[in-house]
Parts: sequence; C-alpha cells; structure tokens
Amino acid sequence: MLDLSFESPKPKTIPGAKYDWELVIGMEVHAQVASTSKLFSGASTEFGNEPNSNVSFVDAAMPGMLPVINEFCVEQAVKTGLGLKAKINLWSAFDRKNYFYPDLPQGYQISQLYHPIVGEGEVIVDMEPGIARKVRIERIHMEQDAGKSIHDMDPNMSFVDLNRTGVCLMEIVSRPDIRGPEEAAAYVVKLRQIMRYLGTCDGNMQNGNLRADVNVSVCLPGQYEKYLKTNDFSHLGIRCEIKNMNSMRFIQQAIEVEARRQIGILESGGVVEQETRLYDPDKGETRSMRSKEEAHDYRYFPDPDLLPLEIEQTWVDDIASNLPELPDEKKIRFINSYKLTEYDAGVLTADIESADFFEEVAKSCEGKLAANWVINELFGRLKKDDLSINASPMSPGQLASIISLIQSEEISGKIAKDLFEIVYVEGGDPNEIVDSRGMKQVTDTSAIEKAVETVINDNPDQVEKAKMNPKLAGWFVGQVMKATGGKANPKSVNEIVSKKLSL
Amino acid sequence: MGELNKLTISEARDRLRSKEISSVELTNSCLAEIDAADPLGAFVHKTPELALAQAENADERLSQGNAPDMCGIPLGIKDLFCTKGVESQAASRILEGFKPEYESTVSQNLLDNGTVMLGKLNMDEFAMGSSNETSVYGDVINPWKIDERNLTPGGSSGGSAAAVAADLCLAATGTDTGGSIRQPAAFTGIVGIKPTYGRCSRWGVIAFASSLDQAGPMTKTVRDGAIMLEAMAGHDPKDSTSVSLPVPNFEAMLTGNIKGKRIGIPKEYRLEGMPSEIEKLWSDGTEMLRLAGAKIEDVSLPHTKYALPAYYVIAPAEASSNLARYDGVRYGRRAALSSGDGINEMYERTRAEGFGSEVKRRVMIGTYVLSAGFYDAYYNRARRVRALIKEDFDKVFSTGIDAILTPTTPSAAFGLGEMSDADPVQMYLNDVFTVTVNLAGLPGVSVPTGFDKSGLPLGLQVIGRPWEEADMLNIAYSLEQSADFSAKPSKWW
Repeated sequence: MLDLSFESPKPKTIPGAKYDWELVIGMEVHAQVASTSKLFSGASTEFGNEPNSNVSFVDAAMPGMLPVINEFCVEQAVKTGLGLKAKINLWSAFDRKNYFYPDLPQGYQISQLYHPIVGEGEVIVDMEPGIARKVRIERIHMEQDAGKSIHDMDPNMSFVDLNRTGVCLMEIVSRPDIRGPEEAAAYVVKLRQIMRYLGTCDGNMQNGNLRADVNVSVCLPGQYEKYLKTNDFSHLGIRCEIKNMNSMRFIQQAIEVEARRQIGILESGGVVEQETRLYDPDKGETRSMRSKEEAHDYRYFPDPDLLPLEIEQTWVDDIASNLPELPDEKKIRFINSYKLTEYDAGVLTADIESADFFEEVAKSCEGKLAANWVINELFGRLKKDDLSINASPMSPGQLASIISLIQSEEISGKIAKDLFEIVYVEGGDPNEIVDSRGMKQVTDTSAIEKAVETVINDNPDQVEKAKMNPKLAGWFVGQVMKATGGKANPKSVNEIVSKKLSL
Repeated sequence: MGELNKLTISEARDRLRSKEISSVELTNSCLAEIDAADPLGAFVHKTPELALAQAENADERLSQGNAPDMCGIPLGIKDLFCTKGVESQAASRILEGFKPEYESTVSQNLLDNGTVMLGKLNMDEFAMGSSNETSVYGDVINPWKIDERNLTPGGSSGGSAAAVAADLCLAATGTDTGGSIRQPAAFTGIVGIKPTYGRCSRWGVIAFASSLDQAGPMTKTVRDGAIMLEAMAGHDPKDSTSVSLPVPNFEAMLTGNIKGKRIGIPKEYRLEGMPSEIEKLWSDGTEMLRLAGAKIEDVSLPHTKYALPAYYVIAPAEASSNLARYDGVRYGRRAALSSGDGINEMYERTRAEGFGSEVKRRVMIGTYVLSAGFYDAYYNRARRVRALIKEDFDKVFSTGIDAILTPTTPSAAFGLGEMSDADPVQMYLNDVFTVTVNLAGLPGVSVPTGFDKSGLPLGLQVIGRPWEEADMLNIAYSLEQSADFSAKPSKWW
C-alpha cells in the first residue's frame, strides 16, 4: 500500500511588540465512551432523560456500594488505543482522585493516574493536502464523569443532576506537539473522526460528549526544537490550562486569546503563572479559575475497591483484528483505487457514512466521476437543505444510475444536472425518468447534422465570421444545443459543426 | 421451655429440626432478653415485628424439611450492615435515620438461609475504635463485671460481642478491619472469626477501610462460627474483591483431630512488658495443642513491629476517602444552614456535627498521609511494609506451618472511660496482635481459653493460611475443647 508522505505545517507565530512568538499546545480530550451503561454501575447513559433518572445506588454513592468495572467500556478504550496506534497496557489500575463537590457523590472520581490502560500512540492531523502534523499521544485513561450542578434555576439553591455521574470517559492526553489554534481544532476533529469510525465515542460536542482541556504556552523560535531534542520542558514557556472547551471555534479563540495574554505578560517583563483558566467567549478572555491557595490536592491513591485491571493479549489481538478500516487507510485506498485527489479522498472519508455512500456509488460507475458528483452535487445539495448524508433523499443507486447515463453518453452533463434535481426532489428511477421525459441525448448523427445545417443556413453572416475566426464555432454549437433542448451529444455537435463549416 | 436464648446455633438447629422448639419461640425468648438488657446498650434498633415474621417463615420452611442449618436462628446484625428498610447508621450521627433501600449481600445470604434478624447492634462509629465508646448511641457495657466498674466489650463490634455473651441472640455478625471481631470476642469470652479477605462480600457493608474490611460471625462456639460463616460467605459479583471460590462445609471439617498439624509460635508477638497472665494463656494454649498432637514450632515474622504504624496509615487513608460521601447532599444528616451559607459551610458544619472525634481524627490522619509531599513518606511506605508483612506470613506458611497461635489481645477488658485521657495510640495498641492478619488478608479466629487474674475472659488467636478457614477452625475447635471454656457472665443487668 502506498503511504502518504507529508510535511509538517509551520508553527503559528504571533508577533508581539518585541518578538515573534511561537505557540506550544498540548491537549487533554475527554471523550465519552459510547456504551449503554456506566463505567462502574449498570445505570443507563442515555442522554436527555429526566434529571436523576439514570442513577443507581452506586452512582449516588449510597453507603456500602461498590464499583464493578464495565467490560464493554474497557473494550472501547482498548479499541480507541488501537485506533491511535498506541500501546495497550495489559495491566492497568484505578486510582481515586479526591475532592468535594455536590455533583461528585463519592467525594472522589475513579480514574487511572498511575497506570493507564493505553500508553503512547500518535495521530496524523491533516491540515491541507501534503501538509499534516504528527501529534504524539502520551496516554489514554478511563475515568468517571461527574454529574451536573445547576445554579441558575433558583436564587437560593443549587440543583444536582447525577445522570452523567459515573459515565465512562476516556481522557486522551497529547504531548505538546500542536503548534497553533487551527492545528488544535484539526486535532480534535481528527480524534473525533477516528473515534466515530471505531464507534467508541459519538463525538457530540453539544451534549458534552467530547470536551477538551487545552494547555497553552508560548516560546521564542528555536526553543521548541530544543525541547524536542532534550525532552526538557524548561526550554518551553510556562503553560496555562484552559478547561472544558466544547466547541472547535472556542478552542481556537481561547488559544489565540490566551497566547496573546501570555505574550503581553512576558514582554512586559512578567512571569506567567501556571494555573487553570476558563475561557469566556462573551468577553473574549480567559480568566483564572482558582488561585494557588485554592488549588486542589487530589490525594490520589489506588482505589481499594477495585482489583488491578488485567486483560489478555489474545483479547486485544481479537479486538485489533476486528477493527474497521480507519480514516488514514481509507483515504489512501481511495486515492489508489479510485484515482482520487488527496483532497477529494479527504472529503469523502471525513466520516464513514460519506465514504460508504461514495463506495456504493462507485461500485457501478467510474470512481473519479462518482467522487465529483458526490462531493459537488450531492454534498452541495444536502448542505442547501441542511441534511446529513444519512438523510439523503437520493440513494447511492440512484446517483450511480445518473452517473452511468453520463458515462454511456445517453445524457449530457447539463441534462444530468436537471435529472439529478428531479431524482433528488421527486425520487424515482433515473433510467425511467430519462425515457419517459425524453431526456436522452441525441447521438443520431443524421438528426444532429440536420440541426446543424438548419443553423448554418439560417445564419449566413455568422458562417462568414466563423470562417475568419474559428473560435466562433462555439456559437453554432450553442445554437444547436438550444435547438435540440440540450439533448444533442455535444461531442458530436462539435465534430459536425467543424466539418460543416470546413474548419 | 425457658432460656432458649442460651442455646448455641447447633443446639437450636437440632431442636428446631426435631420440632422440639419453634423459631417463633426461640425468637420470642431472645426478644424478651433484649428488652430486659437495655442497660448493656447492645441493641440500638430493635426489629421485633420483622423478627417474628421471619421466624414464622422459618418455621414454615422447617416444617417442609430440608431447611438450611441457619433456618430459624435469631441473630443480631451489626449496625455497619445495610439492612433494607431498617436504620443502618454505622453508629454515626451523620447517617441519622438512614434506612437503606437495599440489603447487604452478607445479611441477604443469612436471610436466604432463613435466619431471623432481631435488630441492629451497637458499634464504634464507622467501626473506628477498640472500646465501643465512639458510638453515637452511647457505650456498650460488657456483660462481664468483676466489681462496680463498667467494662468495655471491646470494639468495634462491641454490641455484637456483648449481645452474644449475654445470650441476647444466638449469634451476631461483626466486621473486622484491624481486630474488630476478634478483640471484642476475646473481651467477652466468645468466638469471633475474621475470614480471608474476599471470602465474604463487602457489598452493602458501610466501608471503613476497603482493603482491610471483612465481615465474619461472632458466636458462642467454634462450631457455631463454622456453621454461620458458611451461610455468610460466597462469591459476589457486586464486590470486585470478593473471590470466586467454593465455600466448604466448614462444620463437617471440625473433627478435633489435629495430630501432626504444625503450629507456629511467632517470637515477635512476645511483647516487652506483656502481662504474665497473657504469657501464661499463650503457653497454656500452646501446650493444649501439643497435647492434642500438634507439632509446635517457633517461627519468625520479622516485620511485625511495623504492622501497627502501617495499619494506622493505610486504614485512615482509605477511610478519609470512603467517608467523603457523607456530605449532607443526598442522605443522612445535613446541618442547619443560615442564609448566605454556601456549599462549603454545608460541608463543614454537616461533617463537624455528624462525625465524632475519633472519626474526625482518622479522617484528618488519612487526609494528611495522602496529601502531596507526604504520600511517599507515609502511604507508599506503609504499603511497602504491608507487602513485607504479607511476605513474612507467606514464608512461614511455605515452610509447611499450618497455623499460627498468638494471644488475641494484650490484656483483658478494661474499664469504660479509662482510656479517655490517654494518648490515642494507647488505644490503638489493642490491635497489636490482630492488625497483621488484616494487612496480610489472612483468616483469624479468637477462641476464649482462659481468664486474667480478676476472672475476666481472655482469648487466643489462631491465624490460618489464606482460604484455609476450615483447617484453622478445626485447630480452634481442638483448642476450645481442651480449654473447655464454659463460663458465662453473671446477669447483673
């Protein structure tokens, strides 16, 4: 298989008053594991239920309740690790992260600090054809989500919804390999794409199923390369962590804003304090979430209610052998077997549904043509109606029929667009529609010749001009097409016009 | 008919099966004794109606034949066990009025065997204590008395021990994190078994220190302990630390024949300044086993002296986290708040009012040893010590030693209030012979074998190999027969 070679993008630089600064970004992405029940209890994970209806005794931390690991969640984490080409740790363990908050009933979150289930991996983040960033993954661990505190329902009271409490999250921790706001967003997009391919996270950011903490620091050019060489973080700037971002737009804005804040501090001779910050999109600023004095001491220690998690290599191998084709592989295959451009292959493999739709179309027609029609016509039309590919009123079979009609020169490209609109809006079999509405291209040369002759005879002046300037032949072609209602085969028309005008 | 409450489980079982007595009669006898025993402070929530309904069901089941051994046997249940619809507060104010909607696996196993629950038993708050003086319900008084002083029944399962010793019930459940079954058993002249960690489910037992907590039976005889343990034990998928192993018929293994068994006497348990009566008790017990045909061997458990400090790091560390859930948000007590108070005031006031001083002390110790900068020096070091202690036992058992004999406690029951001004460490020393067993996850049983010079009961501890409770109990049974301890406290209440 052919591999795609790529170059790294240039890091984003932000000019300060004195220097140009580079950005260094690491991310912790919290992805909710797609599973029907929670990490340590049998309660449902369904979104949008009545508050506190997905709550078991374990989730509510009733006295004497104990966690029991959900094997499916483990499988999903392993699958995700394999999808990120990461090392799977056959031995991992759970730790308690202790802090008090009403939406954390146990008073601790069960997480994996010391021994995560997934170790080092990597993600190729495509920026544009031929340009991509390789982001190293440090680890993925499993942990419980917290519930939701609601402070705006009553002037005096807060409310707590435990539906989300105990839902399994994967925390995907990257190395500080991301070098700009666009890369950060593209990184999250790529992670989401991979997890959607794997079926391990639905990636719904609106529901909070995918959130990111972003670590941002700035440094002068050359420092990052020193860090890479030595793995010594002191070459980099001091970072701030911006918590809980749940939109691609905010991620980019927050990074930009935070970097400028840090540059301002550094250029005026100050020191950036390592701290946790929140991004306020309304004000367009980040602000400190808690001061040093309020910093939590989480008192991590191994959860004594749970045994270490030991999994078998054969089980991992089994999961690995059943992995679906991943985006990078699919893209390369599309390029190779359908002769697509990297750009087109990228668009078609953005999500698995589009890729599947395309392949279904391409089964019975030419690949390149299929890609053009799916991307330019179908996606455009769907976008106009704000529909997803799953909701497409046109089936792959219908589109393939239209494309086949073009390929066999039974209809012209122009007619094909009309036919596309008819099939899209009214449905039906394209072949029947073409027959019943007389849309077939005229390939009968005698009929075309007749039409050409009529146009030539009716326009002697134009004939004269065309003989002086052969480019004017196009005018005759257009007139013939008009006269035939667009059904004449343009290639034949061209040839016959040239012949008759003796050009 | 009288004094059915004084029966052992095995006697009652035989008489229930022969229809000589009914469970309702047996239960009524116990209920009457319980009502007359309020001064002991053992039962804190009585459930007579529930008990009689269960007794009637048991009688029905017995009449159909093939009823389990424990069918119809009236028991007391330690307040640490969650019992459906019945107050379960771990003797803490913070769980005031808490009635769970679920039944702990162990108490459910007992109910499935047809037992009768007479009520809930007093204990040290959250099982933290060795004298049953930290309970929100007040002290439990040891039925044993030698002068006007009120004595401690030990702790934390003090209510269970007192209730069994005073014949308020035929047996009781206890839990043991550092000696909480065995020490009170020794102080009250009864048998207390701490099974191998993982033998009994912890599900529904209010957690103190998860890696150490084990439930076990507190009974009048070793045979009763064997019968009851079988009913309590078993794999529970709801407890990840419970072990999937078959539960043997422990009673059937009680042959009393211990010929050729190799019994280890650990020299490190011979503490400096140990009372001579404890020395004598231990050597008498050793002699009894020798006479019964066992081979006595000196063994060494070199890390023993580090056990108590390690225990008092690990147990509070786990407790500080386990008790974080008692925050006034969802159940139990919530402190009254004034306007303008926020969540921090609610936490602080609720926990300040809800927890007693010993619980607070341990939560603070635990928080400290887990905090940044101290974790390695305390918690991690304690874990390493724990591993070494386990290794000590593994080595001894790998030489073919079948069981280890030690005293259960360094003294007999002391007076209530006597330790109140002492350094808390003095109180913690009560656990010096028992905590090693919890740290190593081993089974241990305390058997009453003698008295101190004032006539108070003393116990010896038999420590078994992991999962070899049957063998351990058979050795305890032999010891029980040789010691022939049959004394009962005289009724003063």
